[in-house]
Amino acid sequence: MLNATPRPIPADHEYLAECSVPARAGAGLKGQHVDDILSDEYKMGFFEVHAENYMGEGGLPHQALTEIRNNFPITVHGVGLSIGSEKGLDKDHIERLAKVVDRYQPGIVSEHLAWSTHDNHYYNDLLPVPYDQATLDRVVSHIGQVQDRLKRPILLENPSTYVAFEQSTMSETDFITEIARRAGCGLLLDINNVFVSATNHKYSPEKYLSEFPLGHVGEIHLAGHAEDKDDDGETLLIDAHDRPVADEVWKLYKDVVTQMGPIPTLIEWDNDVPEWRILRREAKIAEAILDAVPEHPLLGERHASAAE
Amino acid sequence: MPARLSELSDEYNVTQDTFSSLLLDPEIPCPKGLVSPSGKADAKRFSVYRNNVVVGLTGALADIFPAIQRLLGEEAFMSLARLFVADNPPTSPLMFKYGAGFAEFLEAFEPLANYPYLGDVARIERLWLDCFHEADAPPLALDALAAFPPENLGDIVFEKHPAVRLFSSQFAAVSIFSANRQSAAMDGIDPAAGEDCLISRPDAQVDVRQIPQAATLFFQTLFDGHTLGEAANAASNLDAEFDISMAISTMLEAGIFSSCKINNEDLGETGQ
Repeated sequence: MLNATPRPIPADHEYLAECSVPARAGAGLKGQHVDDILSDEYKMGFFEVHAENYMGEGGLPHQALTEIRNNFPITVHGVGLSIGSEKGLDKDHIERLAKVVDRYQPGIVSEHLAWSTHDNHYYNDLLPVPYDQATLDRVVSHIGQVQDRLKRPILLENPSTYVAFEQSTMSETDFITEIARRAGCGLLLDINNVFVSATNHKYSPEKYLSEFPLGHVGEIHLAGHAEDKDDDGETLLIDAHDRPVADEVWKLYKDVVTQMGPIPTLIEWDNDVPEWRILRREAKIAEAILDAVPEHPLLGERHASAAE
Repeated sequence: MPARLSELSDEYNVTQDTFSSLLLDPEIPCPKGLVSPSGKADAKRFSVYRNNVVVGLTGALADIFPAIQRLLGEEAFMSLARLFVADNPPTSPLMFKYGAGFAEFLEAFEPLANYPYLGDVARIERLWLDCFHEADAPPLALDALAAFPPENLGDIVFEKHPAVRLFSSQFAAVSIFSANRQSAAMDGIDPAAGEDCLISRPDAQVDVRQIPQAATLFFQTLFDGHTLGEAANAASNLDAEFDISMAISTMLEAGIFSSCKINNEDLGETGQ
């Protein structure tokens, strides 16, 4: 299984909690929640951290994450590798990611199908790529470069987008399927992103999900989105991560996990971050949905495909 | 590349060169190759990316410089931050390293000429965050000097803790920083009175302490590898009133050294 790739653990980084991520609900880790989390009787399945926040040398962030890691499995989610970059990856940044991964022994490492750095400028946003052959070749090679360094497969997350590229020659799901097949990576299925992009580009999220290679999915993301209008007055959804998960997204989630069986599921809430109990409530909704899902034959297929 | 910008409206393939130049310049129209479901270029849709970038980067500056934001007010801070971001996008994906040139930017901004201390307040905020993320090391114990025979005290040399910075301002930047970090009033602060500070991280929390000028020289001399005796002499020469016992208790409480030993001795090292 993707999230349980066996690897040696260096003796100076042993943690009390397991490495492997259970098929339960988890939450994005926020510094202001750490004390509440550690004193909470309810034990979350896992916590996800943005890799870049732990690329400093020391201090409070590492102290807090070490405490969390001693109590929970964690997943590391990169936001700064710029995997879709036209000008190649920053080798120093791959090394920084490797250092975080070595230190904290996450069960899952993931990144985005996007770019964020160009000509030495970092834009702090996940920018879109066209779905054409040149981009596909490039992304596959970049993922290979990262996986070779980390000596483990990563998961690649589907994006939320606001514009489409006229130069695209394939659908997003065909593009992602090809990436997973050629790069040998897993996928992180962000169902809020599916709903946001489907609404913005007027296609059916159900159809998108029916074409998505669920057998490669190792983790699911859920988050809240904001609503706006485009120049034509059409609904434009913004991937804001600033509120509870929308009802439509919960419904799609239920359909997906009923199809594929229980899977690690993360609630992301990065802006206007609420009190811990509010974020925990969202995670408990996901956990209740997971609890009601029977183990499914498809899960076996996922194990098999991930082991390739 | 700039030669081709004029042809952008006819450009079909949108490269990352083109996309990036659009992000920080709202004057350039959205290229034809980026479309909405109706098949046309949609400025509103592209502006989501522009907005994400600007809101993300200005928000990062607001997190790094809260005292400056309080001094200027949120609205003025955000307008300034937008100007800074447009000309100084980050060069690293580590957002906690952003804003290195913000102090110089504030000083060069003509309408703020009456507030010349803003640059130094920004420098202290930037140093605060550097210390926050610096490497860990156990600080010297409070009684570390008791392990040495009194006659050898003058020969002790120290190793600096990574999470330590010194800063001197010709303004009251330390008092102004502290008042605004604590949301306190600035009554009684004379902005023109120069101040020095010692920034350190004795536990996980960063401390900013105002120190006398002679203490700055004393600590800097020790950071440069000179002995306690040499540092004391340098500080006393600068200020005859220099209080060495106060300076020594400050340096131990603030945890600014990670080890010490008698100069030129192999066996005198003590880190505990």
